Amino acid sequence: MTLTLWQRLDKTGRNLAPFAVTVMLVLLGLVPVPLPSYAPVAPFLTAIAVYYWAIHRPDLMRPSTAFLIGLLQDLLTGGPLGVNALVLVIVHWAVLSQRRVLMSSTFALMWFGFAMVMLGVACIQWLAFSALNATVLPFNPVLFQALLTMAMFPAVAWFLIRVHRAFLQG
Amino acid sequence: MKPRTSGSVVRLAAPLRALAQRFSFLLLVLASIALMMVGKIDALSVDNARARVTDAFAPILEAISRPAATAAHVVESVVEVQNAFEENQRLKAENARLLQWKQAALRLEAENNSLRSLLRAVPEPSSSFITARVIAAPGSSFLRALVVTAGRRDGVRKGQAAIAGAGLVGRVVEVGEWSSRILLLTDINARIPVVLESSRQRAVMAGDNSDQTRLLYLPPEAPIQVGERVVTSGHGGLFPPGLPVGVVASVGERGVRVQPNADLSRVEHLRLIDFGLPGSEADASNDWK
Repeated sequence: MTLTLWQRLDKTGRNLAPFAVTVMLVLLGLVPVPLPSYAPVAPFLTAIAVYYWAIHRPDLMRPSTAFLIGLLQDLLTGGPLGVNALVLVIVHWAVLSQRRVLMSSTFALMWFGFAMVMLGVACIQWLAFSALNATVLPFNPVLFQALLTMAMFPAVAWFLIRVHRAFLQG
Repeated sequence: MKPRTSGSVVRLAAPLRALAQRFSFLLLVLASIALMMVGKIDALSVDNARARVTDAFAPILEAISRPAATAAHVVESVVEVQNAFEENQRLKAENARLLQWKQAALRLEAENNSLRSLLRAVPEPSSSFITARVIAAPGSSFLRALVVTAGRRDGVRKGQAAIAGAGLVGRVVEVGEWSSRILLLTDINARIPVVLESSRQRAVMAGDNSDQTRLLYLPPEAPIQVGERVVTSGHGGLFPPGLPVGVVASVGERGVRVQPNADLSRVEHLRLIDFGLPGSEADASNDWK
């Protein structure tokens, strides 16, 4: 059975959902929050989205998509170009290499897997920024950012599961 | 026959696809690293690209920053209602004190004017202000910056000082058509020429991504006291001299640390100072990151 134009448009639109949601999280991460010392530890929401979609729909969240989203985040945050792109590509690769385990596991194990990935992300970010600034930067802020992101994981994952069910199933 | 061929194709295609996937991973990692190099070497064109992208997303950022600001206001007003009485008492006392200061300032201004006219001092170039709203503050452990809703068409230029309420916030590092980016003075890349108000000791104030900043290039025996005010020195010609920056918070082995006057975590509106020194515009576009 061939699809009509409208069906195909509808399908394309639905298939764009992972990308669109992740871009939305990039923008959400830029909203100024008037809390003292919040900005240094603001959660890295896009990492959660890339992690989730790479497990559940790797066909819609390709490494190149992760790269583009990271690049957009680099451009918008004003940080050195390529750092977030590198981080998100590595998150994607880490998930794909363990996808079979993550796919069949419980939510708790998925959360644990994310915690591991996030620790790696913190190390890479710290290394990249230290190298680009040619100094040894303190590790604490990035560690707290990683911890806060881990704490936010269930809430964001719940939202992503809702989007997943609403747009990409049935 | 047919199932067998497709089977062999699949058997062949799977490792190929795996190879392609692994290769694309490597390629993307290399591309990211190449981008970091490009950003280091050709900062100007990267800044331009960044300004374009920020411009494109500015309307969306502006729209989503409004509800966030409103929510923050609601929470704040609840807290303020609780403290209204004490706040009122405090403000009355402060007002009485400020009125005395106003008298002192008026007297000094008159005296200053008469002395200037005696000396024929060259007047300071006049400065004008551009007010802009903060629409984005990237949450990152290694960056301190803001995006505001004013750009080239509003007269914003690279290198202009940004002030909010009680003091200096940072300077403009990137200008788009209708948005621009402010590097906060606490960012690790920020360097601002300052002078200590009473000892007249010059220094460069540098951020280190923490809430306080440090003073560089101070002579070791410089007599610096905790609580001394730090103001911009105006060296370099981009900032007007005498803008309040902060107060010395501690003097110790870790250097002299300065607490900025402005609360950088809750800046909503800021003013960009268009300081009319001839030639500063041309310099700004070339020399300042």
